[in-house]
Amino acid sequence: MKLYSRHLLGLEGVTEEEITLILDTTETFREIIERPIKKVPTLRGITVLNLFYEPSTRTRISFELAEKRLSADSISFTPATSSVKKGETLKDTVRNIEAMKIDMVVVRHSSSGVPYFLTQCVNSNIINAGDGTHEHPTQALLDMFTIRRKYKKLKGLRVVMVGDIKHSRVVRSNIWGLKTMGASVALCGPSTLLPFEVERFGVDVYSDLDKAIDGADVVNIMRIQLERQQAGMFPSQREYTNLFGITKERLSLLNKNYTIMHPGPMNRGVEITNEVADSDSSVILEQVTNGQAVRMAVLYLLSGKKEEEE
Amino acid sequence: MKVSGFNMVIKGGLVIDPAIGFGNEADLFIKDGKITKIVKSGEISQRDIAAIPTESIIPAEGKLIAPGFIDMHVHLREPGREDEETIMTGCQAAAAGGYTSVCCMPNTNPAIDNQETVKFVLSRAEHSDARVFVIGAITKALKGEELSEIGDLVKAGAVAISDDGNFVQNPEIMRRALEYARMFDIPIISHAEDKFLCDGGVMNESFESTRLGLKGRPAVGEEIAVLRDIKLCDFTGGRLHIAHVSTVGAVKAIRQAKSEGVNVTAEACPHHFSLTDDEIGKEFNTNLRVNPPIRTQKDVEAIIEGLIDGTIDCISSDHAPHAEEEKDVEFDQAPPGMIGLETTLGLVKMNLIDKGYLSWADAITKMSFNPARILKLPGGTLEIGSPADITIIDAERKWTVRKDNFHSKSKNSPFIGWKLSGRVDCTILGGRIVYKSK
Repeated sequence: MKLYSRHLLGLEGVTEEEITLILDTTETFREIIERPIKKVPTLRGITVLNLFYEPSTRTRISFELAEKRLSADSISFTPATSSVKKGETLKDTVRNIEAMKIDMVVVRHSSSGVPYFLTQCVNSNIINAGDGTHEHPTQALLDMFTIRRKYKKLKGLRVVMVGDIKHSRVVRSNIWGLKTMGASVALCGPSTLLPFEVERFGVDVYSDLDKAIDGADVVNIMRIQLERQQAGMFPSQREYTNLFGITKERLSLLNKNYTIMHPGPMNRGVEITNEVADSDSSVILEQVTNGQAVRMAVLYLLSGKKEEEE
Repeated sequence: MKVSGFNMVIKGGLVIDPAIGFGNEADLFIKDGKITKIVKSGEISQRDIAAIPTESIIPAEGKLIAPGFIDMHVHLREPGREDEETIMTGCQAAAAGGYTSVCCMPNTNPAIDNQETVKFVLSRAEHSDARVFVIGAITKALKGEELSEIGDLVKAGAVAISDDGNFVQNPEIMRRALEYARMFDIPIISHAEDKFLCDGGVMNESFESTRLGLKGRPAVGEEIAVLRDIKLCDFTGGRLHIAHVSTVGAVKAIRQAKSEGVNVTAEACPHHFSLTDDEIGKEFNTNLRVNPPIRTQKDVEAIIEGLIDGTIDCISSDHAPHAEEEKDVEFDQAPPGMIGLETTLGLVKMNLIDKGYLSWADAITKMSFNPARILKLPGGTLEIGSPADITIIDAERKWTVRKDNFHSKSKNSPFIGWKLSGRVDCTILGGRIVYKSK
C-alpha cells in the first residue's frame, strides 16, 4: 500500500486505505519518539523547507522536530526575514529556494489553495500545513490518530466540532477525514460562523450546544478569535462563552468515556474552561505529541515520491 | 439591376440585420465607408456580376453577415497600464472578435473623470482597428464621493457614465448622478455589488466557497444593489443600465422593473452563462476570479432565461486584461477580471445558439443593435447609409482557444484550451478590412 499522491494538499479525496496507512505508520513513529534516542536515519539526505507565511508556533516546531528526528536537513523560512516584503511573488520565492535543491516543502499560508499553487510552480513534494480557511490535513490526521488510539476505532464514533466553523481549516480537514473513516460528524457554532450550506458536507449542524453534544464521544473545540467579534459575527465574548463555552456542567450530556480536544492555541475561559482543559478527559497535550508522530509518518510516506509514481 | 459606384461588395452571405428585419442571402455594396446597397442574391444579372472587379469582391457564400458587434463594456487599460493593454491592442482584439465598436470603462490611471482624459483616449483611438467610445466616471477618481464634471465629459464625447469596478455605495450620490445625467440623456452603467456585503470576497458565496475556504461574495450583495438602483432610477426618471448581471435575483428584479416601465436596461457576460463556481476548486485558476463572480448552475439558467425573454438586452465581454505576473499568484491575491473580446462570439454560438436558446438574429441584436440603441451609437444595423461596420461570421467553424493566438496584450482567459464553434471570418470597419481570419 502506498499513498496515491506525492503531495498532501488536503484530506478531501484521500481514501480510507491511505488514511489508515498514515495512521498505522504513525504508530511506529509514536513509539520512536518515546525512546531515549528519538532519531532515525529515515530521511537522511532529504532537504525539507518549512515555508511559513503565517505565524505558527506549534505546527512549525512540530514539523521541524519531525524532520530532525527523521534526520532530514531542514530549514525554515518566514516572510519577516525574507524578500517577500520586497515584493517578490510566492512563485519566484519558492522557485528560487527550490533551485537550492529542496526535496520537500511544508507550507503554511493565509491564502486558500496555495499548496496546490505550489505544485504547479515546483517539483518538490508539497505538504499543506494549513492554507487559509481551506485545509489543515496533518492537524486532522493527528486528531484522528488521537481518537483512534483511545477508542481503537473511528467508525461509528460521534465527533462534534464546536466554535468558529466558518474560518476553520481544521474543521474542514476533520470533516473529510472523519467521514471517510466512518465517523459521524456534527458541527456547532453561532449561526454567523457556520458557512453557507455547510450541511452539504454531510454533517449535522447545530447552534444549540447542548443538542450538539448530546450523545457525542468526542468534542473538538475550535479557537474563537476576538477579531470575529469586531467583524460583527457575535456581540461579545461574554455572550459567546455563555452560549458555546465548554464547561464541566455541560459534559454530562456526553457519552461515558468522552474525550475533549482542542487544536490550540486555547483561550482559556472563553471557549473552554480551565477545569475542562485540564481534566482527565482532555487529550490536548497528547494531540501535540501525536502531531509529531503524524508529521514524521507523512514526511516518510511522501519522501522520494516522484511524478511517475502518482 | 445595375451596380456601379462602389468600393467593395460582400457577396452571397446570409445577411442578418434584425434592425430592418432582413434575413436573406444577399450582396452588400459599400462605398466611402458606408453601406450603399443590399441586393438579394440572384437579383443581379450574371453579366453585371462579371463586370465587378474581382479585387472588390469579398466572397461570403456560406457565411453570415452581421452589423459589426458593439461591446458596451471593455477595459482598455490606457492610460496607466499599457503593459496590460493599449487602445491599439485592445482594438486589434476587438476586430479579431468581430467588434467594430467598443466602449471603454473609466477605471484607468488617471481615471477618465475629466475632459482631457476623454480627449486623450479618443485621440489614441483615431487610427485603431475599432471605434472607441468612452464611458466617463460618475464620480471623481471613481471614489463614489463627488460627481465628475459630467457635462464636460459628455461634451468631450463620453456616451455614458460608470464607476465600473466600484458600486456607488452612497445612495444620495447615485440619486444625484441619475438626476444630473438626465440632462444629457445618457445612461448610468451600474456595477451593482454592495461594498459591505461583497468586500474581500473572491468568489461566489456558495457551498463551493465553504468547501474551499475562500471568502464569498453573496448573490444578495448584487441583488440589493440592483434593486436599490432600480428604485433610484424609477424615482429620478434617469436612465440605468445594469452591467454584468450574474444572479437569479438580479434577473428577476430587472424583469419586474421593466414590466413596471422603469427605464432600465441590462447586459450579461459570456463567463456568467458559460462557467459555474465549482470550476474554481479544480486548480484555483485565478483567471476564474472576476467581479461579480461566476456563480451556480441556477444563476446560469436564469441569465439564459433573461437573454431569451429580453430582460437582458445586451451581451458584453467585460474584457479585463491583467498582466500574467499579477494573475500568477495566490487565488485571493489575484486581481479580478478576464479578457473576453476574442471568445465572446464562440461562447455565444456554442452555449446559446447551438443549444437553441437564441437565434442568430437574437444574438446579433444583443451584440450590436441593442448596444447601439442604448448608447445612441452609429451602427448596429446594415441599413443603407449606415457605416460599413460589418462582421462576417463563419458560423460552424470549430476552433480551439489558444493563449498564443490572442491579439489582446494580456492572456488572462479561463477559456484557453476550450473548443468553440463559430468564429469571425472577417471584420470590416468603415469599409476597411481590419481583421481576416487565417
